[in-house]
Amino acid sequence: MRHYVIVGLLVIAMSVLAYFGAHIVWPMPVPASVQATPIDWMWNLQLIFISFLFSVIVVPLFYSLLVFRRKAGDGSDGEHMEGNTTLEVTWTLIPLFIVLAFAYMGAGNLADTLRADPNAMVVKVTGIQWSWKFEYPDYGVVSDELHIPVGKQVLLQMTSTDVIHSFWVPEFRVKQDLVPGRMTELRITPTVEGEFKVRCAELCGTSHAYMEKPVIVSSQAEFDAWMAEQVALAAAAAQTPEGRGQALVAANGCAACHSIDGSAGIGPTWLGLFGHEVELADGTVVIADEEYLAESIRAPQAKIVAGFENQLMPTYGFSEEQIADIVAYIKTLR
Amino acid sequence: MNRKNPLGSGFLLLAIAGAVGYGIGLGLDVLATGRLNFSGPVPSAFALLFALTAFFFGVYGYRGITRGLVYQVVGTLLGGLFVTGVRALMGLSVFGPFFFTEPAWVFGALVGVIAFLFGVGVMDDWVKWARGMDTPDHHEDEPGWEKYFGVSLDHKVIGIQYTVTALFLIAVGGLFALIFRTELAASGLQFLNVEMSLFGQNGPQLYNTLMSLHGMIMIISILLGISGIINYVVPLLIGAHDMAFPRLNAFGYWVAVPAAILLLLALVLGGFDTGWTGYPPLSARAPVGMQMFFLGVFTAGWSSILGALNVIATVLRLRAKGMTAMRLPIFVWASVATSIIALTATQLIGLSFQLVMFQRLFGMGFFDPAKGGNPVLFQHLFWFYSHPAVYVFVLPGLGIISELLPVFVRKPLFGYRWVAMSSLGIALVGFLVWAHHMFTSGMNEYLRVPFMYSTLLVAVPTGVKFFSWVATIWKGKIETPTPMLFVLGAIIVFLMGGLSGPPNATIALDLHLHDTYWIVGHFHDTIFGGFVFPFFAAIYYWFPKATGRRMNEFWGKVHFWLMTPSFLILTFGMMRVGLLGMRRRIVDYDPALGFDFTHLIMTICAFGIALSVLIFFVNFFYSIKYGEKAEGNVWNSRSPEWQVPSPMPVHNYDRPFMVVGEPYDYGLPGSKYIEFVDGTGKQPEVVHVKEKH
Repeated sequence: MRHYVIVGLLVIAMSVLAYFGAHIVWPMPVPASVQATPIDWMWNLQLIFISFLFSVIVVPLFYSLLVFRRKAGDGSDGEHMEGNTTLEVTWTLIPLFIVLAFAYMGAGNLADTLRADPNAMVVKVTGIQWSWKFEYPDYGVVSDELHIPVGKQVLLQMTSTDVIHSFWVPEFRVKQDLVPGRMTELRITPTVEGEFKVRCAELCGTSHAYMEKPVIVSSQAEFDAWMAEQVALAAAAAQTPEGRGQALVAANGCAACHSIDGSAGIGPTWLGLFGHEVELADGTVVIADEEYLAESIRAPQAKIVAGFENQLMPTYGFSEEQIADIVAYIKTLR
Repeated sequence: MNRKNPLGSGFLLLAIAGAVGYGIGLGLDVLATGRLNFSGPVPSAFALLFALTAFFFGVYGYRGITRGLVYQVVGTLLGGLFVTGVRALMGLSVFGPFFFTEPAWVFGALVGVIAFLFGVGVMDDWVKWARGMDTPDHHEDEPGWEKYFGVSLDHKVIGIQYTVTALFLIAVGGLFALIFRTELAASGLQFLNVEMSLFGQNGPQLYNTLMSLHGMIMIISILLGISGIINYVVPLLIGAHDMAFPRLNAFGYWVAVPAAILLLLALVLGGFDTGWTGYPPLSARAPVGMQMFFLGVFTAGWSSILGALNVIATVLRLRAKGMTAMRLPIFVWASVATSIIALTATQLIGLSFQLVMFQRLFGMGFFDPAKGGNPVLFQHLFWFYSHPAVYVFVLPGLGIISELLPVFVRKPLFGYRWVAMSSLGIALVGFLVWAHHMFTSGMNEYLRVPFMYSTLLVAVPTGVKFFSWVATIWKGKIETPTPMLFVLGAIIVFLMGGLSGPPNATIALDLHLHDTYWIVGHFHDTIFGGFVFPFFAAIYYWFPKATGRRMNEFWGKVHFWLMTPSFLILTFGMMRVGLLGMRRRIVDYDPALGFDFTHLIMTICAFGIALSVLIFFVNFFYSIKYGEKAEGNVWNSRSPEWQVPSPMPVHNYDRPFMVVGEPYDYGLPGSKYIEFVDGTGKQPEVVHVKEKH
């Protein structure tokens, strides 16, 4: 009997220790969305049970190892204890009840994160190897940064042009894959102003690690100001070919592979590219003129630059005018 | 060849043939591409194949595995040339960036695998039967170590072949892990940067390949490892002379060898960047290494399916007299449960990979949205095997824990029936939970809820095991030699894996945890607790049975005390960074997240594990020849295999035995589990020591 009392007390003590220890070793990021609240509540509840179950197993185990270990010179066997049906039924039924309760609460918990606001602002999100494109259909603005006003639900309507990506801002908690050929949705209501990052969570190829873009949560007034500025910038850029080209480049994430400052990347840099000689994989040398650049956008595998043999740049389906605009932009990078 | 120093001549030939193969590959590469690329895939592929073959030639001569490898190399080349010729006649492109085009590589690899099986000799008897010839029931094996390099029909030899191959693959997979763990020690790219190029891959691509292959090579090594233990132990535990189908058994092992070589080829032939899951559309775009990966897994799957079939048939048909269902050693229950899953689910991963292969080769649009296909369908097919697969990995390990605990606490296994049935319970429920890997995938939102219920149910039979283990240890007379240390380590580590599971089942919380290092930590805990620790326990425990010597106890303990804390810190760190925002499968992380220090600790711990496993390897191979002699019942076990001298005789038990009692009646004076039937044909009396209630 004495053993059971000691172990019982130790289990309680260990559970408390394990619970606080777990919160220290395994912290969550700062919560920054309405959806984070039920998720963090569930996390805390899970930690309570984890700590208790951990202690229920580990304490009697180590207690036995210390107290019941074989003494030197003792050659006898242990007590012949075959089993106990009551005990087995108990430790089958109680966990069964607990997991069913968890599943029931988990369903309600999920519903809390899915709650829809009919007035949510729609943003269309496109995942591209290896960048993000955010379109605001109400404003006609396209950006590679996600700007959203605080306290207002945003409905992300997401798809991908190539492979599967996944939208995740750790501070918002919720995550959703972007699947080519279909539209997936995610609802987020930010509660904290600040700059976060969306990080692609589904392996999507060579530069998966770098598929990150800023997510800026600001007051409605700041958001409106940013949006007005974007509308004006887009209007100004639309006036010149290189302006339109720069907007296309930003929206399609070209910089994920092609640097504009001469640094090394997955694809050749664009800095000082136009008008210079380029050595191709088959050893020939060509001049990077307008025709070459247009061909390389239209059919990326037609001429491959030496050293980039294993990179498969996708075709983007730009129109001829758009290609001309992008070439015009590349020409400005000297 | 030099018979005095086979290993020396093996390594010498390895170096020479590697250089020759590299030269041939370089020449072919120049022919095909017109460029000189020293770190390219083709020279590396040829160097790999040539060196491997020559190594075994040096060690063993031109027979068995060497002949298999030669056949595989020649078969691959002939198959590739055949398709290349057909393409030339059809006016298609003849050479690709990897010398052969992709269809030529795939067909060549397939021919290579089949050629290997004929070359190694595992088809010989079947071929003879087909031609109406007779073969002996048993083939005499060569004496000494040489029998392990050729086809043997003895389950003990095959078990050791499986185990040693698994250990080799663990070393390869672990080496890959060390490479990318070193890269991850700090943010930014250390040596896997975009400027470097190896096997036609830059740093981040090579990272993706190594990370993906670490996963799959470890999975194959686990499948081979459990096959090794099951093959060696199950016939001994049930008193059989061999497995039910010895030739099928040998086939199951040998088909895994060319599969492993295909996986290594995947590394050098441009690699692939999908992780072990191979999700399309990414896998539909990856280099030709992807196809070698698919074909390798497809081939290895045969080993799993046929091995499982054999285990079930053996346990159903070849048990000793009196060994009723409730008197089976508990490890046999676990083996049957795991075999039921492997026999019925493995087809689905083969099928899902085959569909992507066909999508790539023949333009079929199974998972291509542009052709009406559905990428999410692949995930359903894939996880229908790959979730139950984790129970294939852990059930035998949990069986080893249950089998060894009573021996070292000198008490019966608490609640034998419940522990046995919980294995079947886990196997059954395991089939109903696959979509919990897909909570963020875009599958139907409401269908996620039933999968949450079924997933959480797995905790119930798993809990029964834990509680029964603790009750078994409670008030036992506990001894802690090395095997028992690993059993205890397995319980603690698997507990961490088990407890970090339910958070992933509750859907909303999983939306945060999914695809992060939290999951990586959770998974490694379940697999180390459910397979790696029990696997080491089993090796330390049954090593004397196989060799007549025991492994060094001191270095066994060093292995344990170095590996266990290193591993626990490593996975605690993984879970920590995962919660804070570390995604899976990334070559680099944002320094602003502040993970550098944790990652440095994790890398140091990974090297700690590697060092401990290195110690194990030295201990293992040293003890085979120089270990302390241990020919009796080393662990004072009741189990039948320990009632005869070690090493085990060639045809197992000279006299059959009969089960006369319960397997784990430690502490019950006068009780017996088995009794040998003596030569006079007199049946021993069945002893009923205890009252049945």
